[in-house]
Amino acid sequence: MSAAAIHDDAAMAQASSGAVVLQATGVTMRFGGLTAVNNVNLTVSEGEIVGLIGPNGAGKTTFFNCLTGMYKPTEGQVTFQGTVLPPKPRAVVQAGMARTFQNIRLFANMTALENVMVGRYCRTSAMALTSILRGPKYRHEEEATRERAKQLLDFVGLSNTAEHLARNLPYGDQRRLEIARALATDPKLILLDEPTAGMNPKETEQAKELIFRIRDLGLAVVVIEHDMRFIFSLCDRVLCLVRGETLVEGSPVEVQRDPRVIEAYIGTPDEDEVDDEAAKEEHS
Amino acid sequence: MSTQLRRSPDPKASVDSAAPSMQWWLVLAGTVLLIAGSFLSWSFTPAILGNVTITGLPAPLQIFTIVIGVLGLFLLLLRMGRFHHISTLLDSARGLRALGVTATAYLVLVVLVIALQAPGLANADPGVFVCLVGAGLMVAGSLRMPSDPTVDPISVHLPSWAEILVIVALMALVLFGAAYALGQEDGTVFSLFLLFLSGVVVALQRAGLFGWIGVIAARNRRVITLGAFVVAFLFPLTQDGSDANMSIATQVLIFATTALGLNIVVGLAGLLDLGYIAFLGAGAYVSAMMSHSAFANIGWKPPFLVVVLIAATVSSVLGLIIGSPTLRVSGDYLAIVTLAFGEIFRLTVNNLDGNNGPDLTNGPNGIPGVPELEFGSFKFGDTHEIFGITLGRFANYYFLLLVVAALIITIFTRLNNSRIGRGWIAIREDEKAAEAMGVNVFGLKLFAFAGGAFLAGMAGSIKAHQDVSVTPDQYIFLESAFLLAAIVLGGMGTVAGVLVGATVLKLLPEKLRFVADYRLLTFGLLLVLMMRFRPEGLVPSGRRALEFHEDDERLAAKVEESHIEKVTPTGGRT
Ligand SMILES: Nc1ncnc2c1ncn2[C@@H]1O[C@H](COP(=O)(O)OP(=O)(O)O)[C@@H](O)[C@H]1O
Ligand SMILES: [Mg+2]
Repeated sequence: MSAAAIHDDAAMAQASSGAVVLQATGVTMRFGGLTAVNNVNLTVSEGEIVGLIGPNGAGKTTFFNCLTGMYKPTEGQVTFQGTVLPPKPRAVVQAGMARTFQNIRLFANMTALENVMVGRYCRTSAMALTSILRGPKYRHEEEATRERAKQLLDFVGLSNTAEHLARNLPYGDQRRLEIARALATDPKLILLDEPTAGMNPKETEQAKELIFRIRDLGLAVVVIEHDMRFIFSLCDRVLCLVRGETLVEGSPVEVQRDPRVIEAYIGTPDEDEVDDEAAKEEHS
Repeated sequence: MSTQLRRSPDPKASVDSAAPSMQWWLVLAGTVLLIAGSFLSWSFTPAILGNVTITGLPAPLQIFTIVIGVLGLFLLLLRMGRFHHISTLLDSARGLRALGVTATAYLVLVVLVIALQAPGLANADPGVFVCLVGAGLMVAGSLRMPSDPTVDPISVHLPSWAEILVIVALMALVLFGAAYALGQEDGTVFSLFLLFLSGVVVALQRAGLFGWIGVIAARNRRVITLGAFVVAFLFPLTQDGSDANMSIATQVLIFATTALGLNIVVGLAGLLDLGYIAFLGAGAYVSAMMSHSAFANIGWKPPFLVVVLIAATVSSVLGLIIGSPTLRVSGDYLAIVTLAFGEIFRLTVNNLDGNNGPDLTNGPNGIPGVPELEFGSFKFGDTHEIFGITLGRFANYYFLLLVVAALIITIFTRLNNSRIGRGWIAIREDEKAAEAMGVNVFGLKLFAFAGGAFLAGMAGSIKAHQDVSVTPDQYIFLESAFLLAAIVLGGMGTVAGVLVGATVLKLLPEKLRFVADYRLLTFGLLLVLMMRFRPEGLVPSGRRALEFHEDDERLAAKVEESHIEKVTPTGGRT
């Protein structure tokens, strides 16, 4: 994929939607000799849903980790709403970018409600003395936190399980709870890492509807997924990573038709190996 | 997932049919024999075990077996007839088993004591054997009763006055038990009492009553707190000026107060601090150096409240200095650094004697003659009379420490149930995820660490006056280890747990020569046993228990159920 083409896509995206929220340029992540992410660019605008696809081990999760400051990228920089983000998870959340995890990382022994309330941490301010003295201001903030958390549980459809322990929730509910927890940080952009992994078709459909509703709140969404049908019916734009590099970026229709993507995905019983070979041939 | 585990679907599955079975009669015979035997003479010589020779008039040791028998009868009656449905809420079989085993162990011990102290087995009277047979029958019968450990009475709702009555009764029992235990001079009787007490507690727990008590306690937290303080406050009045017991009580209290501070660090924030005693020591030294002792080397003598603040601040600054580089890196560095800090502290105060550095701490001799505290005209060294009851020196410090303990408990519980507390839990659960969700991991850890040091410094400044002298050997690693042991034994992250742990660890050596002589051995053994059988401690928080039992689905369901009961005053029914 030529640089010019990427540029065109970005320009197109900006034209179709609002202002640019996230701009990642030349993000590269090396682990010793392994280049997990190689010079990846991504621009996301307000109210946009961007899909990130690619075979297992392509570097999608690593790219998310670079965006959110969990990893410090070897090269490249991440700009959020015009300012360069330091590679610190807390600063990233504070700036307005929240995420979920591929392997669910809820606070297992806290209730669903408490999990979401932890998400409010960065938007509340009660410190030690306030918490000990419990004046009206503290109680007010605590009440507001609880209310907001309940609203969010409602929003993702978990209002009946507020007081249940996260670890006791069914798998699909845990994924939705992670989304609620991320939303509690009041993000402008939410990164979802395989939000439908392990879900049945009905739950997947609900997840899609949920992501649309999140977008309708005015948030931008970047979603990693394996399910092609899901991603092509959901996203405004799709980026395909293979072996850490951008293979194709474009509208769902373009990406779907691209022979290289088809080659990377279709007719491969053992995804990992064959994909890698396909990518190798691609390069030579 | 959880709902399937919540209730045993078939109410009859766990109990005998309404008609009493063979084993039911067996246990009945056992309890009756146990009670009857307790009214008979146990021993020929009145000199041992507090005189258990009088038929018809049970001595305290025999009253304990009667209590076990009556409890057994009670559980037994719940398994039949009109009360049959209650059995679906209570695992009486497991309760009976625990009671039977306790009674058997208790009586075997009694026989052994008679054989060794009387001396000779010939001195054992028939009564004790009647009891022993009864206890054996209880075990044999209850072992064959079907049981269902999933049932518990958590959803039972009493009117609130009845709940409060239960709490008051429990508290009265605690006060009574504590006073009785403290009053025991005879180590054997003390041990037997301890065995009886733990047996009954285990039986109630096995029957499933503890979850229910926990829910009641959570719903009536105000009553509990108030009641506990009234009990603690009244305690010195029951001692009538006896300095021996008050001295122990004060020791327990200062130990518990320090352990409560440490429990914020260990139990809430999840940081392993192996040098906590050094913060206590720093506070004590600052306080002693600013006191009117002839060996105090600081000329400025501000009022005591100012000294407390300075001592606490010095401790917390030390905490900041140690914490800020170490807490940034995850892993067990903190444990190692705090361990080293404890040693550095000990060496430093040993050497600041004017020979190797400034003359501050008076070296290994420490600072003796720290004067008694004075608040206005109230001198802590004097005895006072209230309602005709004499309150000695220790009682004065006891009351002061009670106020400090109340303060720390308030801080503990309020922080635990706040934004900060949620942050701490999140860090314990998954540090990376907490950071990714915007929790200030480093800040919260540092706050817990330095805050804990602050509280220790505060307690230390009082301890200096109460101990009259401050020496380096009071603040060694071993003491840090004992503080941690109190928390591990009692339960991480709960107030009640620390109080229980501190009381046990301080009381046992006072009352049992053996424990005093082999303190390290017994405590070490105790901890090994705890780690094996109950790593979450005696009175754990539900969440902490879950952290130690990641795969226990049934426990998770129970904790969730009791949580729902606690947050919804009308009960979990929706
Ligand atoms: N912390 C790490 N250290 C070393 N290698 C890593 C690390 N994280 C990811 N990788 C490697 O980077 C590659 C991309 O992984 P990942 O981003 O998880 O792929 P995807 O999410 O696309 O399935 C894999 O080969 C993986 O082994
Ligand atoms: Mg991945």
